[in-house]
Amino acid sequence: MVLLRPLIIFVGLLLVWQIIVWITASPPYILPSPDLVAKALVARSDIIFGHAGTTLAEIILGLLCGTILGTVSALIMGYFRPAQRWLMPVLVTSQAIPVFALAPVLALWFGYGMASKVAMATLIIYFPVTAAFYDGLRQTEPGYLDLARTMNATRWTILRHLRIPAALPSFASGLRVATAVAPIGAIVGEWVGSSSGLGYLMMDANGRMQIDVMFAALFVLAVMAIVLYFAVDATLKRALVWLPETQPSHD
Amino acid sequence: MAKSEIFHPSELNPVSVTVRAGHLAFESDILFENLNISLDAGKWTCLLGPSGVGKTTLLRLIAGLIPRATDVSIECSDSNELAGRAAYMAQQDLLLPWLSVLDNIDLGARLRGTVGIERHARERARHLLDRVGLSANADDLPNKLSGGMRQRAALARTLMEDRPVVLMDEPFSALDAITRVRLQDMAAELLSGRTVLLVTHDPLEALRLGDSIYVLSGRPVSLAKPLELSGATPRDLHDLQVLEGQADLLDRLAHADERQA
Repeated sequence: MVLLRPLIIFVGLLLVWQIIVWITASPPYILPSPDLVAKALVARSDIIFGHAGTTLAEIILGLLCGTILGTVSALIMGYFRPAQRWLMPVLVTSQAIPVFALAPVLALWFGYGMASKVAMATLIIYFPVTAAFYDGLRQTEPGYLDLARTMNATRWTILRHLRIPAALPSFASGLRVATAVAPIGAIVGEWVGSSSGLGYLMMDANGRMQIDVMFAALFVLAVMAIVLYFAVDATLKRALVWLPETQPSHD
Repeated sequence: MAKSEIFHPSELNPVSVTVRAGHLAFESDILFENLNISLDAGKWTCLLGPSGVGKTTLLRLIAGLIPRATDVSIECSDSNELAGRAAYMAQQDLLLPWLSVLDNIDLGARLRGTVGIERHARERARHLLDRVGLSANADDLPNKLSGGMRQRAALARTLMEDRPVVLMDEPFSALDAITRVRLQDMAAELLSGRTVLLVTHDPLEALRLGDSIYVLSGRPVSLAKPLELSGATPRDLHDLQVLEGQADLLDRLAHADERQA
């Protein structure tokens, strides 16, 4: 059932797509049917997968950079109280300015290559990672801290052995959100200006009226994002085996 | 090296503790005024009283978990500071869910940054787990344990600290009656020779384990003359002192509760 369920959902979605095509009688240059897209995917696979590699690299690099930056920021804010007053406004500012509005500026600064897209993805996931991890660091069970004080713990060992492990579930939530939104950063970056990547391919195919290729690229992007999300989710679950599963397994 | 040396690295000299709380207030609420209490060396002192009277606050004050006002003094009979020499056991077991039971027992060494420096720590931790009957669970995560087992692990962690003074805040109150009696027996045996302060709301528990029992009441808190008990602990449930003391303590508690209200 575990393997069958995604398959059923997948086939169901294809069916809905096909039915919409039938009902609306859309011409292929507005909404191509699933089989046309599948044909385009096979025929142009070398080009599509080449561009997919670029986008995947941007997403993963962005995830790495954003996670490292977010983790370090949260740790600094959690360890040095005054740092929170200085870093928090920066953090909020990074979110207040829409990343989409920054895209042209980033392209200007970092060029049309991968760097500007990695910067976009980094920027977009920096906030969820930092906010979630910092929240977790602040909400350590007070009883643990009492116990630690009677054990003559230092601020550093309390952070290292109590606050960080206790904050990992919150960090994991932040990382899940980050994984889900990272592709947005990469794709928007590619739309603004690039010479490779799935976002570029979609813009290019659109310009040439190759709508089937556009959809094929979109499909590959979706599959990539989903696989990435479930890979991260599974890794986090394995790393946090001690976390009680509060939701009943049969519901 | 002799076995006893491994398991009791510090020679345990019973220490008595004298607490004088001249004045302790939260905002305008005066909790303690001219409160004096002494914990006899190597004996169990129990604090009973209605909830909210300040039992836990008094224990936390002694444990150094509340910023200490200037006119609060805590003195030990050996004229050293109490700070850093009292082990603490709370109502919640406070086992870290991400560490194995054995690593939880050994938590103090991690938090002091002395893993591998404190001699024979692992052997002591295993020995203590054996004493509380959890040697089969050494490598389990705490969420595998029942409530009683978790509190036994917490007791082993308290013993691992090997402190002359042990402060316990309702450590057995979340357990069922039978488990509670068993844990009381275990604690009385394992903590013998240490100066213990036990906060409890259970008169029976105080009577089984205590050498002197204080009833706290009113605001600011006043302490009646303690009930002194004799003989070895844990006392049998049929012990005359336990049976007679229970009626007496319930009377005092009811009286204290009226003063509180």
